[in-house]
This record gives sequence, C-alpha cells and structure tokens, in this order.
Amino acid sequence: MTEFLQHLVNGVSVGTIYALIALGYTMVYGVLKLINFAHGDVYMVGAFSGFYISHALGVEKEPTLAKALAVFVGSMMICGVLVFLMERFAYRPLRHRARLTALITAIGVSLFLEYFMQLSGWFGPASAPFPPGPTPRFFPQPMSFETPDLPLGELSIQKVDVISFLVAVGFMLALQWVVYRTRFGTSMRAVSFDSQVAGLMGINVNRIISGTFIIGGVLAAVAAILVASSRPSINPLMGLMPGIKAFVAAVFGGIGNVPGAMVGGLVLGLAEEYVAGYLLSSYRDGIAFALLIVVLLVKPAGLFGTFRPEKV
Amino acid sequence: MKPLIALRSVAPLLLTGILVALVQGSLPDYWYFVLVVAGINIILAVSLNIVNGFTGQFSIGHAGFMAVGAYTAAKIVMSTRGLVSTGAGEQLVFLGALAAGMVTAAIAGFLVGMPSLRLRGDYLAIVTLGFNEIIRVIIENSEFLGQATGISGLPKLTTLAYVGMAAAITVMVAVRLLQSTHGRALLAIREDEVAAEAMGVDTTGYKVRAFVIAAALAGLAGGLLVFYLQLCTPKSFTFIKSIEVVAMIVLGGLGSVSGAFLTAAVLTILLETLRGFSEYRMVVYSLLLIFFMLGRPAGLFGTREIWDLLPRWRRKAAAGGAP
Amino acid sequence: MRFSRAVAVATLAFAVAACTEEKKEAPKPAAAAAPAPAPAPDKIIIGHVGSMTGEQATFGVSTDNAIKLAIAEQNKKGGIKGKQIELKTLDDQGKPEEAAVAATRLITQDKITLLLGEVASSRSLAMAPIADANKVPMISPTSTNPRVTKDGANTRPFVFRVCFIDPFQGTVMAKFATEKKIKNVAILKDVGNDYSVGLADFFQKKFVELGGKIVAEQSYKDGDQDFKAQLTAIKGKKPDAIYVPGYYGAVALIGRQAKELGLKVPLMGGDGWDSAKLFEVAKGALDGSYFSNHYTDEDPSPVVQEFIAKYKAAYGSVPDALAVLGYDAANVAFDAMSRAKDLSGPEIAAALAATKDFKAVSGVINIDADHNAVKSAVVLGIEKNKAKYAATVNP
Repeated sequence: MTEFLQHLVNGVSVGTIYALIALGYTMVYGVLKLINFAHGDVYMVGAFSGFYISHALGVEKEPTLAKALAVFVGSMMICGVLVFLMERFAYRPLRHRARLTALITAIGVSLFLEYFMQLSGWFGPASAPFPPGPTPRFFPQPMSFETPDLPLGELSIQKVDVISFLVAVGFMLALQWVVYRTRFGTSMRAVSFDSQVAGLMGINVNRIISGTFIIGGVLAAVAAILVASSRPSINPLMGLMPGIKAFVAAVFGGIGNVPGAMVGGLVLGLAEEYVAGYLLSSYRDGIAFALLIVVLLVKPAGLFGTFRPEKV
Repeated sequence: MKPLIALRSVAPLLLTGILVALVQGSLPDYWYFVLVVAGINIILAVSLNIVNGFTGQFSIGHAGFMAVGAYTAAKIVMSTRGLVSTGAGEQLVFLGALAAGMVTAAIAGFLVGMPSLRLRGDYLAIVTLGFNEIIRVIIENSEFLGQATGISGLPKLTTLAYVGMAAAITVMVAVRLLQSTHGRALLAIREDEVAAEAMGVDTTGYKVRAFVIAAALAGLAGGLLVFYLQLCTPKSFTFIKSIEVVAMIVLGGLGSVSGAFLTAAVLTILLETLRGFSEYRMVVYSLLLIFFMLGRPAGLFGTREIWDLLPRWRRKAAAGGAP
Repeated sequence: MRFSRAVAVATLAFAVAACTEEKKEAPKPAAAAAPAPAPAPDKIIIGHVGSMTGEQATFGVSTDNAIKLAIAEQNKKGGIKGKQIELKTLDDQGKPEEAAVAATRLITQDKITLLLGEVASSRSLAMAPIADANKVPMISPTSTNPRVTKDGANTRPFVFRVCFIDPFQGTVMAKFATEKKIKNVAILKDVGNDYSVGLADFFQKKFVELGGKIVAEQSYKDGDQDFKAQLTAIKGKKPDAIYVPGYYGAVALIGRQAKELGLKVPLMGGDGWDSAKLFEVAKGALDGSYFSNHYTDEDPSPVVQEFIAKYKAAYGSVPDALAVLGYDAANVAFDAMSRAKDLSGPEIAAALAATKDFKAVSGVINIDADHNAVKSAVVLGIEKNKAKYAATVNP
C-alpha cells in the first residue's frame, strides 16, 4: 500500500510539471493553431535564467525567501520577454501563411536555443559562463529545505514537492480565473474561436496573441524553477523530453482546452509512474504513447476536446 | 507514341544508373559518402511529401518506418550470411532484403495509416510521433534486434548507384502518382476533405494508400543507409531525424516534388560545408532555417514544380502537343 | 512567374553566399576546429571525431579538451620525429551516420595520420570500418563494447582502445560486491545507452555466477530527470545494493532521489560516474556508494598528479574519466608514432599493437591481441562527498 501511495505522490509531482508546460502548448495552440515546438526550450531557458540569477545573487551561500522570489520572478520575466520576441519576429510574420510554415520557424527557434546554449562560454565566471556549454550544471537551491519532511512513516513526501505542487496548483487556478473571469480571457477565447471575427469586434488580436504567448512562457519558467529546485541538474537539452511529453499531455486532454491540459498532464505523469513501477520501466515511454494512441482512437479529439464536425 | 511513354518511365532510371555508375569511380570517398546521404535524404523527403504535401496529412514519424525497413533488411542479410557466397549471390540477397524491408515498412505504414481514418491534423501527428518512439523503445528492449548497440558488422553493400536508382524510382513514383487519378484524389483531399468525399473520393482508402507508399519508400531509405554505414542502431532513427525530413519538405514547398528533391540535396550539402564551424554549425543552420522561412514562407517552389518555373521549356512542350 | 523564379534563385544564392561568407568571419573560439589551409609537410595531423553538440556533448568536449592538452605538451617537447602535431576536431552531434561522414572527411580530405574517437561504442562502430578500409589507425578512448575492435571473429587491424571493455568492468564490480557480502542487488540501467546496457549485462552474469541474486531490473532513459518511479519499485524489493552503470548526470539525481525516498542502500557504478559534477549535484547523497574507475586522484605518481594540475590550470575543473582517457589515447598514439619506423598507417598500427607497459594516467597500459587495453581497475568508495580509494582489482 505504501508503495502504491508513494507512486501516487511521485506521479502527481511529475504530472503537475507536465501540466504546467502543457498549458503553454495548449493556449498557444488554442489561439494560433500552432504547435510551438520551441516551448520545451523556453522551459530550458527558464531553468538557466534561474541559474544565472542565483549565481548573481549568491543564493548558494545563503538562501533566503527574498532571493528565492527574485529567482522566480526574474526567470519568469526573462521567459516572458523571450516568447514575446519569438512570437513577434518568428511567428507573427507568418501568421496568415500555411500552418506548417510557422512550425518550421518554431523548429528553427528550438534548434537555435538548444545549440546556442551548447556553445562554450564567451564570458562570465568559470562556475557560470554564458553560454553555459553542454556540461550539466548544478542549480543552487533557492531556499533551504532543512526542516524535517512530513512524518508519514515509510511514505516520503519532500517539502519541495509539496511547495511545487501548491505553487503549480496556484498558478493553474489563477490561469483558470484569467481565462474565464477576465476581459483578457474573454478576448482570448474569442480569438481562439474565430480570430477574424474577434478582430472585427474590436479586439486587438495581436495583443491577445502576444499575451497568450507570454502567459505560456511564464508558466514554463515556473515549471523549470520548480523542477530545478528538486532535481538540480540542468543542461541545454533538458527541455527536449518534457517538451514532447507535455505536448502529448496537451493532445491527450484535448489540445486548446485549458483544464484538459492540466488533467492530461496529471494522467500522463501517473500513467508513466505506474507503468514504470508495476510493469516494465524500460517500456515507460512506449507505453505512455501506446496509451495515448488508444485514447485517441476512442476519443479522437482527446479527453476534453469537442469534436466539431466540419461544416461546408 | 505508346513505346515512347513506356520509355519515359524507364529512361530516368536507366539514365541515373548509367550516370552514377560512370561518376562513382572517380569521386573522392568523402563526396561519395555525402552524395549517398543526400540521395537517402532525397528518398525520405520525396516520399514523406506524398503524405504531408500531396495528401495534406501531418506525419512526423518517418524515421520509424526507416527503422522498420532497416532492421528487417539487416536481419535478413545477417541471417543468410555464410549461406550465400559473396558477389552476385550476396547482391541478390541484399536486393531481396531491401524489398522485404519495404514490405514490412509498408505493413507498418498500413497500421499507422489506419488511425488516420479517424484522426486529423495534430492528433495524427502525435500518433505518428508516438509510433516512432514505440519502435525505438521496442528495438532498445529487444535482444533479437541488438538493443541500444544495434546490429553491427553488416557488409557494405550499398553503392551510390543503388542509392541513385532508388532516388530516381522515388521521384518517378511521386511524379507519376501526382499526374494520375490517384494523385488528383490525394490533392482533392488536401484541398478540402469534405468536398472530396462529397465528390465520391474514397478519402480513407486514398489516405491509407498514401501512407503505405511513403512508408515503403522510407523503409527502402533505411535499408540503404544501414548497409552503407555497416551498422544499424536505434540512434539513427530518432524523432529528430523525422523532424529534419519535415523541415526539408516544408522548405522545398509542400507538395512540390522538385522542391523536396532540391532542398534535401542542398540541405545535406550545406550542412557538410558548415561542418568546419564545429559547434557553431547548428546555430548557423537554425538561423538559416528561420530566415529562409521568413523570407520565403511558401517554401522554395510553393506547390509548383521546378519545370513550372521554366516558361520557355513549357511553351515548347505545349507547341509540341504532348503536355 | 518570373518574379518567383528570381526570388527562388536569389534565396538559394543567399543561402550559399551566407555560408561561404560566414566561413570567413568564423569566430575565433572555433579556430582550433576550423578548417585550416593545406597542411604543411612538416606537420602531423591528428583527427578527432566527437560529439561536441547533442545529448552527449559534455563527454565529447571533455575528451577534446584533454586531447588538446596532450598535443600542446607533445609539441612543447618537440613533437614527433621533429614534426609538430595539429588537431582537427569534427562534431558528430551524437549521431552514428554523422560520425561516419566526419571520419571519412578527416581521413580522405584532411589526410590525417591517426584518428581519435569516438566516446560512445555505437558511433565508434560506425567509424571502425572506415578506419580499417583506409588503413588509418583509430584509437577510441572510451568505447567499451567488445565489438568495436572486432570484425566478426577477427580483430580489426587498425582499431584500438585504451579503456576497459564491458566484460572486465562489469565483473570488477560483481567481484567487489560479492567480497562485501552483498547478496541481493537491483539494477538500474540507461536502456538507450550501449555502455550502460553492456555493463549491466556483464555485471549480472558474473554476479549470479558468484552466487548473488538480482532482485529487480529497472531502466531509465538519457534525459530523464525523475527516477522515483523506478526507485520506489526497487525499494519494495529490498535489495542490499543498487547497480547503476550510468553517467554522472543521471547518477547524481538518482542518488539524491534514492535518499529522498529513504533508500539507504549503497549504489554501485562504473567509470561513467567519475566527474566532479557528480559530487556537486549529489551533495553527499551518494555517501557509502562505490564505483569502479581507471585510477584514483589520490595516486601519488607524477603522471597522475601532473595531469590533474595541468588540466585544472587549463580548464578550471577537475578532469573526469572521459578527459583522462582522451589524454591517454593521445599519449598512447604519440608513443606508438615515435616508435614506428615511419608515419604510415600500417607501421603505426604495428607499433600500437606492440604497446607494452605504457605509463598512462589511467594505469599501466598493455595492448592485447584483441587491441584492448589490459590494465587493473580500482574501486573507489564515496565518503563525505569525496571519492576514496577502496580496492584494486586485476584483470
């Protein structure tokens, strides 16, 4: 039983991360019908921004709450600016072109971020050069978690995991509020429904799309800092697998659907966890995909997506 | 007229065969290798174009089909080793193995094509990507297929002439397909699936057939690649390879055979020229990718072909009567 | 129509122009690897194919750094046979076909005398037939798969290595574990990595033969960050130790997460663990664990201490196992080249095959009939977040 519960805890902790990244995919897809291939790499940039800010602040010597917040907010801002620039210069010029065109620039941006970060350092101290190079870097703990973990007998729940879970859920609730309760959210849903008509109704479509991208980027940064705080080894290709997994999670929940992405992320995290724990860990990725294919065959638009028959 | 048309379909094959056979002896090893890789990329790009370009489906798991073809061919040749003498017998077994690889890849294509009955767009993309990953996971777990190390010690049977002829066949299949009723049906599906269905096009049937043809050709490319490398490992068939091929066809213009052909060749050679940059190579490549796409969003030729852009030839052909 | 044609031609021309132009302005940091003008006859060119980018770039870069160091030293000593040595490094992005193209280019275009590389067996296997066919000797620093130097049943005449092979290193740890009275072991391997799979296989074979029991077999994949699923499953099987033959990046995280889950058994591993990064990330989580390695940095012999000092001075970090073996591969090559009658491929290969009692950083190297390096291994224990010498195991 303990083992089962332990898997549940682990699965939720991985699943919330997938969910945070998946949100970025799903929202961008919702408004633009674009798979932002570079999203996983935005996540990587988020981790490295946190790394540089930590080094500049000297987090490793004396971690404090203020510094932890600075790392958090700083990397959220850097990622926000990065995705804004990405959208403005790489995707916006191609918005009215065939959808695959923007996909290729997305792949280009993704490759650029990955390979640029793998270059050997130009400047900066040896412990934190820029660009960081391919060697994995140690991500300093933004806060000390020295206090004992929850006393639950055999079951182990890390403090940092509890905090990540709460932060992640907090951000998701906030997002839910933004999407369904604010003017911006209403415009966003309008653009997602029909961007042309939304434009005619006086919505500034460009601004809404930029805003959507920025929210996605910020959530990726949040996910990155949360992951790096408990699994403190970061490298330029760390976004590759979480990126794909999160994309799968988004499709699983019905791409374009905000609650769907959250549920998709959690389900994927749990499914992987139980497959690895009780069946065969070497088939972990394969079974995750197989499961997804089966779900799609039963529900072709994902768990929460509505299948809209095309009208002529 | 009849024999002339027959000749038209065989002539490219013969011509490439003769041309490559003449050239291949005088090529330095390095350029020989680069051309082999370019040829294999041409097969991959032109065949994926049948699914992504002609039919408008979105497949990003082409490397999975390569893997199926490659492992089938490699296994067959390795298990018959020692039974046949080197030379003509080995060549025959090799050709048979390549064909078998095409068949198994086609079967895989059929299995993956079936879900496209129900799924569209990005959902289909995920299924193909998932297929690619599942194939990799199966190979890595299978002792029979050599796990992560793969199958080594394959004989070097692929020559540039084989690759050239395979590329010629692929291009011919694509061009002839495009000009046939079959091709028109695929284009109709791409332009408007609902309208196509209303016009009586069996959309699912055509989609699955497009998948099967593309998969078989990818299997051929995979077989040729591993018998040149003399090594068959799962590392050659990751989804990154699939993405590279997608990039090639979008750069060339979706649906344009000559575009896919040219970009596959140019990109391969471009990446080789950039090799001297070492770590900076992929940075330069990614920037070129972005700027090219921004500068020419429809791809090199759009949906047109290179011969559409040469008005004088066409006019002559039109004057000659035969289109 | 005419316009689009013009644009098509112009973009193509731009692409070509861009790459030729940028070649001229190639930034200096890449100078060591950038194509150099035709080699002067008084120079020896050595090629290195490595993964300078991609998933395993950290290993390629370490190896390349060490090779550069070895060459600079040798050049200061006057080079070989009065000729200076020059290095050409090509990147293979961690892909076997790229490694094969790069090796072909170095051998046939750059006319290298000797080829160093690759780190991973899967890529060395793609390069070996090319080295053989062109009669250019190739030394792999760290490819541990027995098949790298083999062509069927025969030994490849031009392919060598300076590291252990999997069968040896796997048994080292199996013997050590048995001596430590460890009975039940769980295995956690990187299923996508031939090095990890190979070590796990041979460890398992020997360990079972010696009377041990494998209670669980789990695996992960390169790039994974979360190993708790596997570790939780392993915990349920109550092993005495876990064998994790992976690279340090993943192992450090595995150590941390095992500790977090309350798994208090020692971890055991191979030379892939050897890096300062392991301790930087693990932060004491691996205390009480053991791994097999080529050498210990406590070894007082001048070869070892001088190398560590020089590497630190040049690159600001302690060398990892990849750097040590890259350095040794280069030095074994220089030794053979100075002993060879001339600098032709067959002569160097013959000299390499005759390498005896060469004092390298990773131990005393003898090349056996299968072109593998025969040397003893050491087992290091981790105490207070530091590797300490625990035992020596002879082949």
